[in-house]
Amino acid sequence: MTTTDSSTTAEVPKGRRRLGDIAFANTARGAGLLILAILAGVAIFLVVQSLSSLTANEANFFTSTEWSPESGPGDAVRFGVASLAFGTVLAAAIALVLATPVAIGIALFIVYYAPRRLAALLGYLVDLLAAIPSVVYGLWGLVYLVDQLQPIYRFLAAYLGWIPLFAGPVSTTGRTMLSAGIVLAVMILPIITAMSRDVFAQVPQAHREAALALGATRWEMIRTAVLPFGRPGVIGGAMLGMGRALGETMAVAMILSPSIAISFNLLQSGNQTIAAHIALQYPEATGTGVSALIAIGLVLFAITLVVNMAARFVVSRRKEFTE
Amino acid sequence: MTTTTQRTASGSSGEGPRTENQGFYTRQLPKYFPAALLAICAVVVSAVFALLGAFHPVPVAVVAALLYLVAITVSSAVIENSRRAKDRLVTGIVYCCFAIAVVPLVSLLSTVVVYGLERFNLYFLSVSMNGVIPSMDAGGVYHAIVGTLVITGLATLISVPIGLMTAIYVVEYGRGRLKQAITFFVDVMTGIPSIVAGLFVVALWMMVFGPGQTNGLAGAVALSVLMIPVVVRSSEEMLRLVPNELREASYALGVPKWLTIVKVVLPTAVAGLTTGIILALARVIGETAPLILTAGMASTRIQANPLDGDMMTLPVFIYQQVGNLGLSAEAGAYAEERAWAAALTLILVVMLLFLTARLVSRFFSPNSRG
Repeated sequence: MTTTDSSTTAEVPKGRRRLGDIAFANTARGAGLLILAILAGVAIFLVVQSLSSLTANEANFFTSTEWSPESGPGDAVRFGVASLAFGTVLAAAIALVLATPVAIGIALFIVYYAPRRLAALLGYLVDLLAAIPSVVYGLWGLVYLVDQLQPIYRFLAAYLGWIPLFAGPVSTTGRTMLSAGIVLAVMILPIITAMSRDVFAQVPQAHREAALALGATRWEMIRTAVLPFGRPGVIGGAMLGMGRALGETMAVAMILSPSIAISFNLLQSGNQTIAAHIALQYPEATGTGVSALIAIGLVLFAITLVVNMAARFVVSRRKEFTE
Repeated sequence: MTTTTQRTASGSSGEGPRTENQGFYTRQLPKYFPAALLAICAVVVSAVFALLGAFHPVPVAVVAALLYLVAITVSSAVIENSRRAKDRLVTGIVYCCFAIAVVPLVSLLSTVVVYGLERFNLYFLSVSMNGVIPSMDAGGVYHAIVGTLVITGLATLISVPIGLMTAIYVVEYGRGRLKQAITFFVDVMTGIPSIVAGLFVVALWMMVFGPGQTNGLAGAVALSVLMIPVVVRSSEEMLRLVPNELREASYALGVPKWLTIVKVVLPTAVAGLTTGIILALARVIGETAPLILTAGMASTRIQANPLDGDMMTLPVFIYQQVGNLGLSAEAGAYAEERAWAAALTLILVVMLLFLTARLVSRFFSPNSRG
C-alpha cells in the first residue's frame, strides 16, 4: 500500500513518463490479465468441447448412472454424472472425516505440546507428506497398503457389519472406497495441519495466559482459548483439504477397482470418482467419449470451485476479524 | 488462595480423602510417570501378544497406546483429580495424532526405498524402454527422465515470467478492483484439480490442432496452469518482504520505477523468488493426471522434441508400469520393480529440489551476506 502511495507522490509529470515505465507496467498488468484469461479459458473451452456429447446424450446428464458415451451401431449415447459425483463426494467425505481430527491433533502437538526445539523439525516432517507425488501414493496404496488393511476390514465387517457402511463380504482385493479414502486422508493431512497450525500459533498470548492464570490445565486452556479462536481457520483448512481430495486423481484411479455404481458400502468395490474415471477412460476414448469426459470434468471443476471459494471466504473473514 | 484450594478439592469429589492435601497443590504424579507407564504398557501388551503367538508390531502398538490412554486417565483421576486426568488424556491423544501422521510417512518412504533399490542402478537410469517387451528383464527410465526435464523445463519457462510479472503487478502496481480480482482468482486457480488442467489443454489442443494430438508442449502448458498460481503466491510474499526504504531510496536518486523494480527490488528478493520457483517446480514434477491426457502414455523412446508426439515422464512411467502389474507373473514382477525404482527416482528428484531450495534460501538470502 505504502509503495503505491510513495510512488504516486514521487511520480514525475505526465508528459515525461518514460517509455520503459509504461512498457513495464503494462507487461505486468498484461500478465495479471492473462491469468484471468486462462481461468476464463478453462471454463469456456470445457463448456464448448463438452457440448457435442451433451447434445447427443439421450439420458439425463445429472441423474443418470449409465456410462456409454460413444455411439456405435444400434448404440445410443447415454451417460450421466450422478454415480461419479456421488463417489467423488463420498471419497472426499471419508478423507475429511479421517483427516480433520488427526490434523487438529498434530497442529496442537506442534504448536503447544512438542518441545520447542523439535517443533519446526516435526512440522517439516508433516509437510514432507505433501511433497510426495500422488502417483507414488497410488503405487504404495495399491501394492502395499491395501494388503495391510485387509485384517482391519475383516474386523470391521465381522463386528460392525450391522452398519450398512461396513456390511460384508469384504472385497478380496481390498481396492475399495475406504482404502482410497484412507490414502486421500493421508494426502490432505498436511494441508489441514498447515492451516490449523497457522491459526493456533496466532492465538493472542493474552488469551492463553489469561486462561492459565485462572488455573486452567493445558487442555482447558486449549478448549477455552485456542479452539474457539482457531475454528474458522480449521474449517477453512478442512475445506481446502476437501478441494484437494475432490480433485485427486491418480491415487484413487490406481487404488479403486474400476466400476461405476452408487454404493454406500465402503468395504466392497463399486464406486468411482470423477477425476479417476477421466484418467482411466481417457486413453481409450474417442469422439463423444472425450467430450463426455470433458463434461464431467466441468462438473468437477464447478464443485471444486465452489468448495475452494467458500474456503477462501471463511479464511479471509477470519483475517478481517483478527487483523 | 483459599477459594482456589477449595475449588480444586471440590472439583475432584469422591476420590478418597482430600485431607492430606497440603495447602495449594493437589497430589501430583511424578514427571517420569507417563513415560514409565507407557513403557510398562508396551512391555505388557507385547508379552501378552507374544504368549498368544500373534506378535505383530502394528496391533501391539495400537493396543499399547489404547491401554496407556486408559491407564494414565485412571491413575491420574485416582491420584490427582478429574481435570488433570482429562488433561493427561488429551496430551496422550495429541501425541498419538502425531504418531499417526508419522506412520504413513515412514511406511511409504521405507517401502519405496526398500522395493525401489532392487532395480535402482546406473543401468536403470541410463536406458529407455525402446524395444523392451513386458516379459523382458530390461529397460529403464532414461526416456522418462529426459521427458520430465523437457516438460517441466518448458513449464517453468512459461510460468515464471507470467507468475513473476503478475506478482510484480499485484505488489508494485496493482490497485482497486483488478488487483482484488487477480488475488482472488489466483487463490481459486491454486485449487484447480490437476486433471481439469489436463482437460483444459485437451480442449484447447482439439480446437487448435484437431483431436488426438498429444505432445510434450501440451503437457508443459497443462503443468503451467498448475504452476503459475504457486509462483504468483510465493513471489508475492517475497516481494512484500523487500523493505520500502530501498524503493524510496532508489526513487530519491531519480531512478524510474521499472528500473527500481528490476535493479533493486528483484535482486533483493532473488533468493526467496528462486526458492519459491524451485518449490513450485517440485510440486508439479510429480503431476501425473494432466500428463496422461496431454503428453500421452505411448512413448518408449528417448526424445527431447516437445512437438514430436507422445512424451514419457517419470510419474506417467510409474502409472504405465502399474498398468502392467496384471500381466503374466514374470512380466508383472518386472513391471512392479520398475514402478518402485521409478518412484524412488522421482522421490529423489523431488527431495533434491527441496534441498536445493533450502540451500538457496540459506546461502543467497540478503541477510546471510550482510
